[in-house]
Amino acid sequence: MAETPMTTGRGWTDSIRRFFDGDIWHSFTRSPVTMVAAGITFLYFFMAAFGPWIAPHNPFDLASITLLDASLPPAWMEYGDPRFWLGTDIQGRDVLSAIIYGSRVSLLIGFASVILSLILGVGLGLISGFVGGAVDAFIMRVAEIQLSFPSILIALLINGVLRGAMDIQDQADLAYTVLILSIGLSNWVQYARTVRGSTMVERNKEYVQAAHVIGIRPILIMWRHILPNVLGPVLVIATIQLALAIIAEATLSFLGVGLPPTEPSLGTLIRVGNDYLFSGEWWITIFPGAALAILVLAVNLLGDWLRDALNPKLR
Amino acid sequence: MVAFILRRLIQSLFVMFFVALVSFSMFRFVGDPVHQMVGIETSLEEREALREKLGLRDPVIVQFGNYIAKAAVLEFGVSYQHKRPVAEMLAERMPATLELALVSAVFSLLIGVPMGVYTGLNRDGFFSKMFLSISLVGISLPTFLIGILLIFVFSVQLNWLPSFGRGGVVDLGGWTTSFLTVDGWKSLILPSITLGLFQLTLIMRLVRSEMLEVLRTDYIKFARARGLSNRAVHFGHALKNTLVPVITITGLQLGSIIAFAIITETVFQWPGMGQMFLQAVTTVDIPIMAAYLMLIAFFFVVINLIVDMLYYVVDPRLRVDTGKATGHG
Repeated sequence: MAETPMTTGRGWTDSIRRFFDGDIWHSFTRSPVTMVAAGITFLYFFMAAFGPWIAPHNPFDLASITLLDASLPPAWMEYGDPRFWLGTDIQGRDVLSAIIYGSRVSLLIGFASVILSLILGVGLGLISGFVGGAVDAFIMRVAEIQLSFPSILIALLINGVLRGAMDIQDQADLAYTVLILSIGLSNWVQYARTVRGSTMVERNKEYVQAAHVIGIRPILIMWRHILPNVLGPVLVIATIQLALAIIAEATLSFLGVGLPPTEPSLGTLIRVGNDYLFSGEWWITIFPGAALAILVLAVNLLGDWLRDALNPKLR
Repeated sequence: MVAFILRRLIQSLFVMFFVALVSFSMFRFVGDPVHQMVGIETSLEEREALREKLGLRDPVIVQFGNYIAKAAVLEFGVSYQHKRPVAEMLAERMPATLELALVSAVFSLLIGVPMGVYTGLNRDGFFSKMFLSISLVGISLPTFLIGILLIFVFSVQLNWLPSFGRGGVVDLGGWTTSFLTVDGWKSLILPSITLGLFQLTLIMRLVRSEMLEVLRTDYIKFARARGLSNRAVHFGHALKNTLVPVITITGLQLGSIIAFAIITETVFQWPGMGQMFLQAVTTVDIPIMAAYLMLIAFFFVVINLIVDMLYYVVDPRLRVDTGKATGHG
């Protein structure tokens, strides 16, 4: 049924007002830590979205970087250059700009892999809970086995296999795909287990039986009737998983099986800078490291808060 | 008891079978094994002969059977990169990883349990709050960043501790140990802190919440009513009863410590299995990857089995016949 623009508009303002009157907003305004975390997260998103416009330099524009600016310390230190607040790396690239571009890449891969594991996990969880029987047993067994290994190990294995299966020569172009697939495929279990549980509860409720009775196809029942009712906890998992995915991406890139130095994420920046830690150029690796830690901490805090806010039992 | 162990054994075998299937498929279907083993100048006939010799023409089921049979006697094939038997390479590097894992597990227990007891007993103390907030930050920091920070502070700035390698190593008939030299111990400090920090925070939080739980129970109140000293109540009665979950978690975490060693070993250039596995991932050396996967799975399964049995020994409630008891499936 098509809604008129009028009712859509009122529906929106209604739901916005409900949101600001509701418990979630209330608990948000009561928690200064969460507000700071949300502010920082928003800042990172903003930086990621508008990176090329707000970064003081373009670290990939070979014309603008010169070796004369190489290895400059941060601006407030002796020999620092006011043009480069956080100093420059060994090739004369601005560390701050590299961090802004790197956060963009890290967040992009984080989001993409969370979406991948969300679709996979929610889909398999729905099928598992709705169909039951042997299908359920099989999916859950695989999930259990995968869960008993640390996800970084699984991600590394998938990464190696994918790079073996694809043509290694094209690695630079495929690096994004390989990373997203290996992180996404190693983190679906949480979603699947949660969704399976709530699907099994919903499956026996009257509205689902009613839908069966009037002859709606099972696929449609899963999609239209059950899915909207099991999505609540998924949001919380996704937030916490975003932090984990960013860590996983950084770890893989740091280990040298992630993004190449030509398209650095925060992890690649730390990896590259790590080589110069001993020669005294600490800022090349410590600042990207701090940027990563702050981002992960902020997203983690948001996730924790969301979990508590959506689940009054925990308070 | 026998039925319990038997059921757990069958479950473990199922896991191993599944992992073997995955590692066999990796070996068989990712890239062409023959192509990886020979040089460019090898003729087509020689390649075909090798294919025949390796049994790559047999039905896949037969190949899988052979693969399992070989894995059971620790024969994992030859590394593509190094042209050496994988089992030999793993055996060389295993001591380094196991020693590192052991030291960091002991470290996390020795520091984590007292910190957990302290924060559990002084809930609102200043130090408790400080420990808890630090542990939150510790959980958020990726392992490799902690390693880099430690190197930066203790190796680069203060120049107290070595930042890479195992230091002095003594060879005890095939098992190389760094426990026998001062240098070796010094080299162990930073990597084991890096590896153990996450476990430490986990154990601390676990002991804390268990202590809080136990201190509220009736038998603790009764112990106090009997006039026992604080010390006896806290350590004799309360702590003893928190240790069951701590044993379980520590045991289960030992497996992840070995797996997480991949990251720590890379940061500190520690010559262990994890570093070798990572090099294998970088160069797509499938035999090493497959063998490492099987080995880690084996560790996990064995540790899980031992922990389950320990649980059985420690908690008398589990010894009730499972047919009659409810709640323990």
